[in-house]
Amino acid sequence: MSKQFQFKLVLLGESAVGKSSLVLRFVKDQFDDYRESTIGAAFLTQTVSLDDGTTVKFEIWDTAGQERYKSLAPMYYRNANCAVVVYDITQTASLEKARSWIRELQRQADPSIVIALCGNKSDLSARRQVSQEEAKKYADEEGLMWGETSAKSGEGVADIFTAIAKKLPLTAPPSARGGAARPGASGKPGGVDLNKQANAAGANEPCNC
Amino acid sequence: MDEEYDVIVLGTGLTECILSGLLSVEGKKVLHMDRNDYYGGDSASLNLTQLYRKFRPDQAPPAELGRDRDYAVDLIPKFIMASGELSKILVHTDVTRYLEFKQIAGSFVYRDGKISKVPSTEMEAVKSPLMGLFEKRRAKKFFEFLQGWKDEDPATHQGVNLDKDSMKAIYEKFGLEPGTQDFIGHAMALYLDDDYKTKPAREAYERIVLYTSSMARWGKSPYIYPLYGLGELPQSFARLSAIYGGTYMLDKSIDEIITDADGKFVGVRSGEETVKAKQVVGDPSYFGAGKAAADGGKVRVLEEGRVVRAICILKHPIPGTEDADSAQIIIPQNQVGRRNDIYVAIVSSTHNVCAKDVYVAIVSTVVETDRPEQELAPGLQLLGPVYDKFITVSSLYTPTSDGTSDNIFVTRSYDATSHFETVVEDVNRVWKAAVGKELVLKKREVEAEA
Ligand SMILES: Nc1nc2c(ncn2[C@@H]2O[C@H](COP(=O)(O)OP(=O)(O)OP(=O)(O)O)[C@@H](O)[C@H]2O)c(=O)[nH]1
Ligand SMILES: [Mg+2]
Repeated sequence: MSKQFQFKLVLLGESAVGKSSLVLRFVKDQFDDYRESTIGAAFLTQTVSLDDGTTVKFEIWDTAGQERYKSLAPMYYRNANCAVVVYDITQTASLEKARSWIRELQRQADPSIVIALCGNKSDLSARRQVSQEEAKKYADEEGLMWGETSAKSGEGVADIFTAIAKKLPLTAPPSARGGAARPGASGKPGGVDLNKQANAAGANEPCNC
Repeated sequence: MDEEYDVIVLGTGLTECILSGLLSVEGKKVLHMDRNDYYGGDSASLNLTQLYRKFRPDQAPPAELGRDRDYAVDLIPKFIMASGELSKILVHTDVTRYLEFKQIAGSFVYRDGKISKVPSTEMEAVKSPLMGLFEKRRAKKFFEFLQGWKDEDPATHQGVNLDKDSMKAIYEKFGLEPGTQDFIGHAMALYLDDDYKTKPAREAYERIVLYTSSMARWGKSPYIYPLYGLGELPQSFARLSAIYGGTYMLDKSIDEIITDADGKFVGVRSGEETVKAKQVVGDPSYFGAGKAAADGGKVRVLEEGRVVRAICILKHPIPGTEDADSAQIIIPQNQVGRRNDIYVAIVSSTHNVCAKDVYVAIVSTVVETDRPEQELAPGLQLLGPVYDKFITVSSLYTPTSDGTSDNIFVTRSYDATSHFETVVEDVNRVWKAAVGKELVLKKREVEAEA
């Protein structure tokens, strides 16, 4: 049997850089020019199959707009296995914002988190404000993965997620919440799954000693 | 901020966040604000930096406590009853997706200077030193009576009327000793004082049933606890709200609650900005709590008591708990000559709330004297050496009106009980007043999945 891993992936970045669009392209291969700010669906999954038969299932968390007024809850990224920090190549300020998210992750997230810096809207290179060299240099200094994408054309989108999928099983042991069987804790000592019906089998552990 | 909202919610404590989440799911346009730059208000969990900043502004956290990110220290000591109302809301709203839970490893009760485990299985009950042999038989009859009770079947009632007869009368009917009564009323029904004994027994019956069914769900104790601390609960409901369109603004000063000539709610002013809404929901601190004169001279909240809490950092488990990684200890009031019980709640790195080999215990009780900290002594004595200790004395505020006349709905402070049942009662109360109907939990449609 081939191996399957499941990881929690969070998206971070300034409003309107294209976080939700990237997810939509990656998960459903769609794009929407007039996409409203994210409402409703903010929790999707997508599986990537690697050459060696390993499959990596991403549990993708979108910010649900909470970052708009600097109000993203730390629980959002606390136990993420990987983060895609997005900036818009046509907005210098969005790279600044991406840097501050990366600092926050380095301070508060799990030390083994895999971070990918992602320059989105590469189809708009005529209006480019952030050069590839500048972004790549910063990513190298901080030990981040880096790539440019266009959620609109689809260019680079699969590549960045596949690159993360390749790196993850090697570097990040599936953490509790991102583990193979959700909710992860139920398989561990003392962990409980509230969604299991009350009085279902195993209600009383045979040994409480 | 020139948009208009259906509801503005002030404060991101658990009560407000549950309401905000449910209101957003209901389709209301919600703006949720907090004066702090973190979620949770009085029900937050703080990292070391935040903890020391709050209690010791001039002292940095000691380096030997370890990394900041490993800490999530609760400000109020509460656990989730496994079969209680909060569990139901978590499941129905699917907020369980964002959280992971672990059991609290044990529940203990203090008696004659020692602590003993509250039995979680019949085997433990038989071995428990809490009762003598004959008393165990009497207690068994009492529990069989409660378990067999069916409202519609008078044969199960043994002549008792739960809505009329007092709990005292029922204890006497089964001949239970005072020590057993203490155990049942305080360690199982979780009453803080003895007032319940003279009231109709129905409520005590329901509380005992809740306790035993919670205990039966996973064993060990009736409680579960979210990894990374209680502060994850409000954050998770805030995410639910945001997913359904709720707008979040932290770190916003709330400078004025604006009302019209009739005293009805109009909007909220923050600095130069004013934002309007039909209704406002918020915790007491936004409505004049602790101030001599409230906004516009109207008194919206009253102090109905005070709770003293000592947050204690330990480097060892509590002696006598079989090195439990987490526990509740109840010190019934009778045992220490008080009117109200003293509670000890302890959690540890097993719950991702502190560094390895560190334990965080909170000792709490309802204030009865003008020296609150001393009232905690019987609880503090159980802990052994305390590495550091932070004391809070909090007023419990209750709103003066239900809000239906002025569209200002104030929630209650977090009380001294050991669980969240009263928080959910408050959610139901505010929902009914603000929405105009009972809160009915529907299983939420799960968001699109690929
Ligand atoms: N040209 C171009 N437009 C894009 C691309 N990705 C996203 N957009 C557009 O940018 C706008 C914002 O995209 P979203 O995906 O909503 O951005 P977001 O980061 O999720 O924004 P918030 O949810 O507000 O935080 C939309 O109008 C998208 O159509 C891209 O690769 N190229
Ligand atoms: Mg979005």
